[in-house]
Amino acid sequence: MSVGKSVKRVDAYDKVVGRARYTDDFYEREPLVAKVLHSTIANGRVLKIDVSKALEVEGVVKVVTCFDVPDTQFPTAGHPWSTDPAHQDVADRRLLTDRVRYYGDDIAAVIAKDEISAARALAAIAVEYEEYEPLLDPIDAMREDAPRLHERFERNVLAHSGYENGDYAAATAEEGLLVHDGWYSVPTVQHCHIENVCSYAYMEGGRIVVVSSTQIPHIVRRVVAQALDIPWGKVRIIKPYIGGGFGNKQDALYEPLNAYLTTLVGGRCVKLELTREETFTSTRVRHAMRFHIVTHYRRDGRFVARRLEGYSAQGGYASHGHGVIAKAASAFAQLYDDEAATKADVYTVFTTMPAAGAMRAYGIPQITFAMESHVEDIARSLSMDPMELRRLNMMKPGFYDDFSKNRNYYDSLGECIKKGAQYIEYEAKRARYADETGDVRRGVGMSIFWYNTAVWPISLEASACRLVLNQDGSVQLQTGETEIGQGADTVFAQMASHTLGIPFEDVHVVSTHDTDISPFGTGAYASRQTYVAGMAIRRSAEELKEKILRHAQRLSGVEQALLDIEDGRIVRQDTGEALMTVGDVATETLYSMTDAEHITAEGTQQCKSNALSMGCAFAEVEVDIPLGKVRVLNLVNVHDAGVLINPQLAEAQVHGGMSMSLGYGLYETLQFDPKTGRPLNGNLLDYKLPTTMDHPHLEARFVEFYEPTSAYGTKALGEPPAVPAAPAIRNAILHATGVAVNEAPMTPHVLFKRFSEEGLIGR
Amino acid sequence: MDKVRIRYNLNGTDYENYIDPRLSLTDLLRGDAHKHTSVKKGCEVGECGACTVIIDGEAYNSCIYLAIWADGKRIRTLEGVTNPDGSLSDIQQAFVDEAAVQCGFCTPGFIMSSLVLLESGERCTTDEIRKRLSGNMCRCTGYENIIRAVEKTMNARLDAKGE
Amino acid sequence: MYDIDAIYEAKSVSDAVRLRQEHPRAVIIAGGSDVLIKIREGKLAGAELISIYKLDELRGVSMDEDGTLRILPLTSFSHITANALLREHIPVLCEAADVVGGPQVRNIGTIGGNISNGVTSADTASTLHAWDAEVELTGANGVRRLTMREYQVGAGRVDLHPDELLTAILIRRERYEGYFGRYIKYSMRAAMDIATLGCSANVRLSPDRCRIEDMRLAFGVAAPTAIRAHSAEAAARGAAVCGATVDACAAAALQDVSPRTSWRASKEFRLQLTRELTRRALKDAIIRAGGEL
Repeated sequence: MSVGKSVKRVDAYDKVVGRARYTDDFYEREPLVAKVLHSTIANGRVLKIDVSKALEVEGVVKVVTCFDVPDTQFPTAGHPWSTDPAHQDVADRRLLTDRVRYYGDDIAAVIAKDEISAARALAAIAVEYEEYEPLLDPIDAMREDAPRLHERFERNVLAHSGYENGDYAAATAEEGLLVHDGWYSVPTVQHCHIENVCSYAYMEGGRIVVVSSTQIPHIVRRVVAQALDIPWGKVRIIKPYIGGGFGNKQDALYEPLNAYLTTLVGGRCVKLELTREETFTSTRVRHAMRFHIVTHYRRDGRFVARRLEGYSAQGGYASHGHGVIAKAASAFAQLYDDEAATKADVYTVFTTMPAAGAMRAYGIPQITFAMESHVEDIARSLSMDPMELRRLNMMKPGFYDDFSKNRNYYDSLGECIKKGAQYIEYEAKRARYADETGDVRRGVGMSIFWYNTAVWPISLEASACRLVLNQDGSVQLQTGETEIGQGADTVFAQMASHTLGIPFEDVHVVSTHDTDISPFGTGAYASRQTYVAGMAIRRSAEELKEKILRHAQRLSGVEQALLDIEDGRIVRQDTGEALMTVGDVATETLYSMTDAEHITAEGTQQCKSNALSMGCAFAEVEVDIPLGKVRVLNLVNVHDAGVLINPQLAEAQVHGGMSMSLGYGLYETLQFDPKTGRPLNGNLLDYKLPTTMDHPHLEARFVEFYEPTSAYGTKALGEPPAVPAAPAIRNAILHATGVAVNEAPMTPHVLFKRFSEEGLIGR
Repeated sequence: MDKVRIRYNLNGTDYENYIDPRLSLTDLLRGDAHKHTSVKKGCEVGECGACTVIIDGEAYNSCIYLAIWADGKRIRTLEGVTNPDGSLSDIQQAFVDEAAVQCGFCTPGFIMSSLVLLESGERCTTDEIRKRLSGNMCRCTGYENIIRAVEKTMNARLDAKGE
Repeated sequence: MYDIDAIYEAKSVSDAVRLRQEHPRAVIIAGGSDVLIKIREGKLAGAELISIYKLDELRGVSMDEDGTLRILPLTSFSHITANALLREHIPVLCEAADVVGGPQVRNIGTIGGNISNGVTSADTASTLHAWDAEVELTGANGVRRLTMREYQVGAGRVDLHPDELLTAILIRRERYEGYFGRYIKYSMRAAMDIATLGCSANVRLSPDRCRIEDMRLAFGVAAPTAIRAHSAEAAARGAAVCGATVDACAAAALQDVSPRTSWRASKEFRLQLTRELTRRALKDAIIRAGGEL
């Protein structure tokens, strides 16, 4: 029984000895090398490409341009396919494009015998463009006269959605209500997985094989087939260990192009490995957003009505599109409870920036920064404790959402707040830092957050699991869900061990995914895997166990109903006697001259539920006002993620999320030149990913309420940790200095500007 | 371009090789000559530390180190850190025990940087450990468990020596 | 793999000088942390290189008979930081070298490379300016000596003749004896970064430690090259050790700098940093010199 125990990762040994193999460690043959020519304008059209000089470069095998590729349009988002055309992702990509929609768009590709020849050939390609203005702000891009990035989307609006719960106009007409009105903006950031985007492709038996660093092998197979307009079965995707994904690899990135390129060279192996700079500027990013929030509230702090307008910068292609800000809008409606009305309008707008896709927590870091800044400012204007204001208005136990059927079964938020406040000594420090003066000041702040688990009912949720019993009583466990660093393989093995009653060490997880072999699953995203794969694992494990016990009855003569499996042995429940081992059953059955069977179990489990996963963060900061610098002294996240399958790995997940939110709050922003739309800092020197020295100790705490809809009591934990630290830090800065900062990241540039405006600098 | 002869010691074994002088040390170590794929490529410009190896006792980004410079040097990679019988060294075991490994891509580089610190025999403060590891980037762990693993190993080594 | 057309490995300083004459197009590569990156970016793709990395004769720090500190150019940042002579006489240079990049970069990067690529953000350049360092250049016709100011002629440019090699960085005894310094690097993160502004100050106090006898102040990223802040220095010279002097120097420093607005930082922010870092670096230097504030 290993559920709930901090067993060591199943892949830890291979990873600490350096033998775990990632995409670039895999190939045995000398591959050809492909490189992509990216546009050097942000918006426009390729008029002409002259490749004659490139073809003369020694070692060049093939040059292909946007004028050569098929005119097939395909979607790239890592969503489950929908057989309903109305719910399918927007198909707006071509393998290479003559219509340039961001600086770094793919307009040609070179295949060469080595990387130097490929690079020299790229440099030798001459391109003529017609250039239009860059569009770097979603509101600006909605101008009537702004050039349209995609003809069919008027004013560059990919989608607009909204809701009105209650009657907002009537609610706000009430006399005597106080109003708070604020604008907030959050930046474009990048995932910065340490392994760059990489794949290689070749043909075998007339089919295309792509080995890729992806979170979603089965979805990539579908997208590659759509892009090349070939039967889906003609494509095979293999996913080895991957060096992080965080949502960037929840998209078909360069796999379709790489698959196409191998077909141009007779199926020879072609490797397409992006540089760090290309990974920054030509894959996916987190959506930059702007929000306008208005709250009407009573003097006692009770919210009567709230209004949200949101604008999401989509970049040049639809990718995950409107789903991201739509999710943000859900959080707005649910995290706080309005007495009378809540109204939202959110827009996703094409801009000439790298396509924004999925990134850890999918719109929620964005809205939470805005919403939690806004709520904090209301508390300040009322001279009310911000924690109390939140307690007064936040989602209550018993809340029920008719759409997702989500119920707030427990006082998760309240319990998380209690734990976090206690850890950071919130009340004592609120008082101690209440009147800070001087150049260096301290403060504490907090933020709560809302999240949910998996994508039902918006999309399909289903997962398949296969268990194969070995002669020794151990099993192979295969799912369609992927290990991307989060520890999925380990917790899957824990679950199977738990339900089967065999030791954890006897569950062998097949980590490498191969769409020819692996059962179907949609992959790592939406914090879905422990929840959804958990259901599939339990189902197959129960089926396997039933088969094992059936054969145990045949072998022992003891009624199956009396038998159970404990620690790998068949045990009589009434006497506690161990009759034989699971290995005995497996061997006797496999080699039986009368009843031979290879005992296996496989099935698909559809999931038709979802689960709230909420919590909070508290931060203590020290602000050096003249230097515009913030030092985070203490940071704690508290989560109710249900039962923790592996507490140590759960903690590690939270650390990583906290780090990402720290970067979001203080350091990270992908900048663009306003004149040309060129990305300015797409590398790890100029993009300020926080280093070891920029991190405080990270404290992860939990409240473990059993989630009743879940096979093992779990719910989302992959993404939520990346949400609350940034606003908690923002609110701590406000506490320390009295200055409200409504944009992230709160870099020294931003703080210098704000401290100057507020008269803290330059007097 | 003419190949250049270099002699070097890699993880305790002497090698003599004729190499393309355009190779980086990362290329040499990962390539057919050695297939030491613990040496990872994360940026190829010395910003992420994933390719860290130890040369004559100091940590280097092998991506911005010309392979020809390895002539006469002693180089260590993670492949040489595991004990010959396959058992883990203390620092590797600590990375396992403290859950300092997630995607694992930065892990080899971190272990190599940690080894330089551990072999210095100094007892570092937590802040000093952070500084000694500041040339290695990780996006999964927030560095928390990595720092913990290194601190624990450092203390165990020094306590064993009675310092 | 780097796109290099040819690479010549120098066997000695004189061999390097010969290679420089034979291959006038070739670029000198010391540790490579600058040159290799430019090759990869394409700026120097297809370059010819003269590698001096293996010239161990150009590593180390020593003291000449007259007390001049002689720093050989291939000494890595980490070796600068660990060097006993430097720690004794100009520990601030050790501190400046210790905030360059990260540990791996400090092992490969050389002090000679740092001041020879002419980058204003070079952490050791401003400190060497502040200590009135000189450089020794060896060419076919012998040795030239230049001050740092003469050597660093402009952004990305140094006064190095086509046959020459930087062979030493010198700091005379009278420049360091009795001086105490402080270097503050301001950057957006605590490691693996380049300076938004670098400020290096050093002072010599009167025997009673109540007066500043001499003060030297230099900045990186406040102008196209590292610069000295002469107005601030004049404001300090002979002034009493007190907060008002520190403030006056900080105000005067604003006359000495000419930062630009770029996407990396606004001019206004750099001016704020100029004032604030001057104040803090000078204060620390005075305290290190035994003064009280």
